Amino acid sequence: MKRLLPLLLLLTSAIGCERGFVDSRREFGPAVPEDARAHPVEIHSPTTLGVADTPLLDAKGRPIGVACETCHGPTPDLSWAAEPDRPEAFHEAVDLRHGELTCNHCHDAEDRTKLHLADGTPLEVKDAMTLCAQCHGVQYRDYTHGSHGGMNGHWDLNRGPRDRNHCVDCHAPHTPAYGQVLPVHPPRDRYLEVVEHDAPDHSAKEAH
Amino acid sequence: MSDPSRRTMLKGAGATLGAAAFARAVAPITEWTNDLSVEGFLQKHYKELTVEDMSAVLARIERETEEQYGAKVSVEDVRPTPGVQFAYALNLSVCIGCRRCAKACHEENNHDRATNNSYIRVLEMTNGSLNLEHGTVTYDHAVPAPGKFYMPVQCHQCDNAPCVRVCPVEATWKESDGIVVVDYDWCIGCRYCEAACPYHARRFNWSKPEIPADEINPDQAYLSNRIRPQGVMEKCTFCLHRTRRGKLPACLEACPTGARVFGNLADPDSEIRWVLENKRVFVLKEDLGTQPRFFYFFDE
Repeated sequence: MKRLLPLLLLLTSAIGCERGFVDSRREFGPAVPEDARAHPVEIHSPTTLGVADTPLLDAKGRPIGVACETCHGPTPDLSWAAEPDRPEAFHEAVDLRHGELTCNHCHDAEDRTKLHLADGTPLEVKDAMTLCAQCHGVQYRDYTHGSHGGMNGHWDLNRGPRDRNHCVDCHAPHTPAYGQVLPVHPPRDRYLEVVEHDAPDHSAKEAH
Repeated sequence: MSDPSRRTMLKGAGATLGAAAFARAVAPITEWTNDLSVEGFLQKHYKELTVEDMSAVLARIERETEEQYGAKVSVEDVRPTPGVQFAYALNLSVCIGCRRCAKACHEENNHDRATNNSYIRVLEMTNGSLNLEHGTVTYDHAVPAPGKFYMPVQCHQCDNAPCVRVCPVEATWKESDGIVVVDYDWCIGCRYCEAACPYHARRFNWSKPEIPADEINPDQAYLSNRIRPQGVMEKCTFCLHRTRRGKLPACLEACPTGARVFGNLADPDSEIRWVLENKRVFVLKEDLGTQPRFFYFFDE
């Protein structure tokens, strides 16, 4: 131990040798004031349902979206229904691929603009996250702890607000699986050009 | 008139040699570039500057940015907030590999446009493997591809940072809130830190960064996203010009799936603490003992 002591001292002094600030005023930024009021976390919560795609295309070839309440609201415009086979064709584009769910699991049978929970309790559209949370509790738990779903703004709510996405901002309720996208911003490091020639071999090696 | 003495001759020869040696020694000054001003050359180490020195330095950088890039920018010396310890976590279960984080980094941090530089490198990995050697970064197909997962890698802001220890001139160090920074005006460009980093997180400015004036992010800090000179190292700073003011990092805001979680480790109620306490968390290359502030996790 006696022999180790000088060594320990030397080590600690070496660690302590790190360059410090000459001007202590520059060491820290301003502290967050203690009376800072917590800013809100705003969750984007639409109060009406979105639009459903129809088989009709606009001039640019994109499907025309129609709000559900156009036909299913309290004062429906059913003038087009004179053609008896239109509604079915019209709804073909409402692609429902959400487990075993059917329309009535979430929408009221009489008024499609209204939502209800599994036990039939009516639900405001702005509270639709509760509807999702009935089955997706794990995701809802993660969401409430900030580890699921995107956000913008401040990590420190003492210094500014935060905006958060709503479930349906990312997951279309009828086809909730998150689709594929094309990646952006390919790297162009100078060494990558060489590597690319080996790419086919490389993936073959990976496969085994 | 007598002939010059031996002593005078020697004096003359000595003076000539001395003058020649001096000329040789100062020869590099004849190659002085417009990019390095005398003030810049004589500037002291970041930690040796007083508040007054620093405001002069910041004014010089703003002036030079305007002269060289034609953009009016604001450069500030943004310092750590007392009581804040930054950490970052990334959810590998939801990252889809879209590289929007890398793009946001490129734009936020005033990277050279031609090289598409970014502090984030997204690896496409085969399910079941964590071998980084088999990861590819040049994928250009729709993502997420079946059988693959995606692993963005950026600076881990290690508590035991190998890059800091190898720097021969103390141009890089760890700050009190956990961020490892570079004084771009002190760095000599030896690239030892690039070699020491096990995460390949440091970048070298091979050329003077070129960015159109209208694409320059004017909200800049001395230690983070101000435009770097040629020949110096740079690295991710967790966007300290944003995060030290309470904002989220640019890569987090750009993430479309919410795979990124950022916050204050010292706050027990923070999101980052919840992730570390409740998720299956790991750090990359734990065996190296680097003690990163960057964590990866999986959902159930």
